Amino acid sequence: MNIDSIQNGIVLDHITAGKAMQLYKDLELERLDCSVAIIQNVKSNKMGRKDILKIDQEMSVNLDVIGYIDPDITVSIIKDGETIEKKKVAPPDRLINVVKCRNPRCITTTEQGIDHIFKLTDRENRIYRCLYCEDMLKQ
Amino acid sequence: MKHLIDPMDLGVEEINDILDLADDIIAHREKYSTACKGKKLATLFFEPSTRTRLSFEAAMMELGGNVLGFSDANSSSSTKGESVGDTIRIVSYYADIIAMRHPKEGAPMLAAAKALVPIINAGDGGHNHPTQTLTDLMTIRREKGRLSDLTIGFCGDLKFGRTVHSLIKAMSRYENIRFILISPEELQIPDYIRTEVFDKKGISYRQVSSMDDVMPELDILYMTRVQKERFFNEADYIRLKDTYILDCKKLKKAKPDLSILHPLPRVNEISTEVDDDPRACYFTQAHNGKFVRMALIMTMLA
Repeated sequence: MNIDSIQNGIVLDHITAGKAMQLYKDLELERLDCSVAIIQNVKSNKMGRKDILKIDQEMSVNLDVIGYIDPDITVSIIKDGETIEKKKVAPPDRLINVVKCRNPRCITTTEQGIDHIFKLTDRENRIYRCLYCEDMLKQ
Repeated sequence: MKHLIDPMDLGVEEINDILDLADDIIAHREKYSTACKGKKLATLFFEPSTRTRLSFEAAMMELGGNVLGFSDANSSSSTKGESVGDTIRIVSYYADIIAMRHPKEGAPMLAAAKALVPIINAGDGGHNHPTQTLTDLMTIRREKGRLSDLTIGFCGDLKFGRTVHSLIKAMSRYENIRFILISPEELQIPDYIRTEVFDKKGISYRQVSSMDDVMPELDILYMTRVQKERFFNEADYIRLKDTYILDCKKLKKAKPDLSILHPLPRVNEISTEVDDDPRACYFTQAHNGKFVRMALIMTMLA
């Protein structure tokens, strides 16, 4: 299967197979007016199988979201058909307004206008906890 | 400005200083009778409480300070839809220090971000209750003369019992503490206490369902109430509420110098016949709560 290369935009490569749709949703790519290719279950020498996202438009992506969902992703910035920058992401120390706390007893469920903040409490196991109630964030 | 939101906000040395001060207050009450003269404590209790609120208020009064506040969310502007953040910001203009209890977990953390004066968490849902932890530590230290080399049994609702979570975290910083966790399967300690306290620090602990089997080993028995307000399903509450009842018969197997603690209120998990046993420390513990809060208020206003 062939997907055209893009001239100006962003490629998210080395996505763990099965996570492309979550990234598409959490990066709110459905709001874009350009072409977005979601390529799933591609053969990969390094990973066995992987997903790829290609966004045919120059834009900034929220690296915190990417680092939280899958820190092994490579972000490539494409300009005039050439890769001008490759970024590796890492799990962010804090997630701000990326996800909401699901603990029904948490203050964030009732207080208006409050930032939903999670802090990375265990980098090795990528465990995030709500800043307020300390409930663990389940991906 | 220092807040007290989580019991771990205080280092071991800071806790020692507060407990030393509380001991000194007990020994020399008069000396502290004007220590907070001209200062105001706001007690904002969005959830009912007897001991905690009254002990905070008594503590401030014994220090010569004044108290204002509410004891029920229904008598505050939260019934009109006012946010916690706004309430705290406004009360900051009226008081020098705030003690707040709220049913939502994390509310005091939010309050601390908005407050212009120190915030003391007086309990947030099933999450933290640091002044109860200070009370427990003070009671253990006064009863045993130390906070290390102890076998502590926690019994009852270890899942929703915030006092248990906080005390385990606090005691995990002292040497040679053996934890025995006595609960039905449904009310076992949350995973995060297991992984982030016991496993991370390499602390050994035992989970058992029978109180009788472990009774002879215990130096401290920390009893808890199965809290109706933490259950979404009343049937589960009714099924579990009478799982452990401590009575004189059970205590026959216990050490003669066992100390029985309970954060109170109790319902029926400690039979009233135990009250006269010299090992029952829960009323002394409630009394200690006032002195340790006096020491805390003084420390935070200093």
